[in-house]
Amino acid sequence: MANEVILLDFWPSMFGMRTRIALREKGVEFEYREEDLRNKSPLLLQMNPIHKKIPVLIHNGKPVCESSIQVQYIDEVWSHKNPILPSDPYQRAQARFWADFIDKKVYDVSRKTWTTKGEELEAAKKELIEILKTLESELGDKPYFGGDEFGYVDIALIGFYTWFPAYEKFGNLSIESECPKLMVWVKKCLERETVAKSLPDPHKVTEFVAELRKRFGLE
Amino acid sequence: MNQEEQVKLLGLWGSPFSKRVEMVLKLKGIPYEYIEEDVYGNKSPMLLKYNPIHKKVPVLIHGDRSIAESLVIVEYIEDTWKTSEPILPQDPYERAMARFWAKYVDDKVILALWKACWGPETEREKMVDEASEDLQCLEKELGDKQFFGGETIGFVDIAADFIGYWLGLVQEASGVTIMTAEKFPKLQRWSEDFVANSFIKEALPPKQKLVALFKTKFGSAKSK
Repeated sequence: MANEVILLDFWPSMFGMRTRIALREKGVEFEYREEDLRNKSPLLLQMNPIHKKIPVLIHNGKPVCESSIQVQYIDEVWSHKNPILPSDPYQRAQARFWADFIDKKVYDVSRKTWTTKGEELEAAKKELIEILKTLESELGDKPYFGGDEFGYVDIALIGFYTWFPAYEKFGNLSIESECPKLMVWVKKCLERETVAKSLPDPHKVTEFVAELRKRFGLE
Repeated sequence: MNQEEQVKLLGLWGSPFSKRVEMVLKLKGIPYEYIEEDVYGNKSPMLLKYNPIHKKVPVLIHGDRSIAESLVIVEYIEDTWKTSEPILPQDPYERAMARFWAKYVDDKVILALWKACWGPETEREKMVDEASEDLQCLEKELGDKQFFGGETIGFVDIAADFIGYWLGLVQEASGVTIMTAEKFPKLQRWSEDFVANSFIKEALPPKQKLVALFKTKFGSAKSK
């Protein structure tokens, strides 16, 4: 069967980045379609009627929504190379646990570093550093979260790196000095072509966040 | 990891999240030792050791290793004990759909229902509308299937246990009605079939005890 793969995405989305990386890890040819989130396409609304969000993976006309679900799906369909989840059930459970931790904790708190001020901002900064330190502790001395091989948790987290300079600029914090080991991990991931190709220039993301702040009246 | 190694579950008697794991263990015929955790009072050293990140239940302890987060635990059980009672479909697309709907219930529906029943009076109508819309999506997804999983109980049915059993009791305790047989005939029929399953029934906490708990714990939180 011919494989037609379309990804509806938005270039600065750290969630879309996950799916881009996973597809490239498996060598899957796909058509990337940029969505204007202020003017969502009929296809997006048809393929993700429940959430109306990106990324949406469309495989032979059938949609898969939610980035972590897409990454697992890609791993299961194109199982012949570069496994993303470990094969051992306990290691798989740990990978799922940490991806769930990232999903539940990182996004909401990090958003506050560029949308809030005063006490709320200070609390968010403190919490974000704690969360990143927890992840750094879980990483330990391993090259990747899963051990020697790049995998599910690395894919879940790496996209957030492109937003770090924005958090640092608008939140007035330094992730590099607080979490040096995490930055070593970031550099290692960026050496991978699949990651380098899938991540935007962090400076562009910071410019985009500055635009958003103006739009939201935060400047 | 050896299937024969001892399985322990740290749980909370009234929690639908904790019960998800018990339901799956019972459906698959996996023997386990249940340990009740005083989560709101005095967390045990065992809980703090085996779930240091979230300090919540359920936690599954298999041999000397622990797994936390109910749906992560359910997938772990599915991966480890490959018996004749699969909870997830074999086909990758069907699996992705099951995970999507389970996440929808987990992230959105349960919270919306809870807020509608126990939230402030001023927001009540809006919250009830939102929760009803969410339930409509599930009603549509269920369609004419006996269970979300098809002919047998599956991942989404387990994830939706709150809707199948707890919701009726929360409605009774709070006096707020969202799910009725008239508005949601398919979900209503599904919930009856769900709780009629012998393994599910065995896991469910007693009705009156739950209603009493909700009234005392959350009844006072409601603005009159």
